[in-house]
Amino acid sequence: MKPKQATGLSDLEKTIIRELTGDLPVISRPFNLIAGQLGISQRQLLSIIKKLKAEGFIRRFGATLRHRNTGFSANAMTVWRVPEEKIDEVGRTMASFREVTHCYHRRPQGKWKYNLFTMIHGSDEQACRRIAEKISQATAMTDFQLLFSYRELKKTTMRYFHE
Amino acid sequence: MDRNKKNEPPIKEHLHKLDRTDRAILNEIQSHFPIKEKPYREVGERLGLREKEVILRIDRMVKGGIIRRIGANFNSRNLGFTSTLCAARVPMEKISGFVEKVNQYVGVTHNYEREGDYNIWFTFIAESQEVIDFSLQEIKRRTGVRDLISLPAEKIFKIQVDFEV
Repeated sequence: MKPKQATGLSDLEKTIIRELTGDLPVISRPFNLIAGQLGISQRQLLSIIKKLKAEGFIRRFGATLRHRNTGFSANAMTVWRVPEEKIDEVGRTMASFREVTHCYHRRPQGKWKYNLFTMIHGSDEQACRRIAEKISQATAMTDFQLLFSYRELKKTTMRYFHE
Repeated sequence: MDRNKKNEPPIKEHLHKLDRTDRAILNEIQSHFPIKEKPYREVGERLGLREKEVILRIDRMVKGGIIRRIGANFNSRNLGFTSTLCAARVPMEKISGFVEKVNQYVGVTHNYEREGDYNIWFTFIAESQEVIDFSLQEIKRRTGVRDLISLPAEKIFKIQVDFEV
């Protein structure tokens, strides 16, 4: 999909984006409530949300779960050192694993030599290590590290077009 | 410092509470949330449940900590924003002060302490690269932490935020 530029967004669209960053109330007619707060009709709100979704501004609309409470209790940011010419092939292979939720190519910098980042989810730390081994065997990439998190220091939703 | 998350409730407890109906609802509202006047009635129709029961169960899962939020996730790039992953090497005794200052930035949405030389990892979203560069310089100046690197994504192979449960 061709990305659209934010400059093409109207003030109303930006206001709606700001509103949708919050929590949708769990009531029978949640969009009606939001439309009322914004002083627009529900029909207009629904059609703008659908448009923002169709045009790729909204990646996904729905519920976000806490992984820890749904059985995917451990996750490891796993970093790999991959020859640049193999990045596309290896990146696609790693992305195809069900347990990998995020897979990014990042340019190494200074003392930091790893260039492919995967987020691996498993039931516990041992499961994450086994998955990383499996990925390593599938791609023949052997220089990697699992960086488990000790502590979550912040986790919020970005508030776009916030005044 | 709690380094092992020992205080978190055991996962199984949460899982036991979810029956098949809860799971079906979760899978539906993660990826196929109806953009309609009465979204929960629509979900109920798909699963053969009454609207009232869908709302009751979702409300329970929100309060029980299974659902973090219901709403939109945006593609920051398409909105004209720039994002990056930052890593810093922060000495033990400086961690709390560093984290306090970094977390003040609205654009810092995720921040984790991890094992390894680079021990603090945070994401930064802003309206331009200039804002990010400026902020990172400011963070270095205000915290005295010099080894702070920014690793913007060259290419995204996968972002998956919904889970079949």
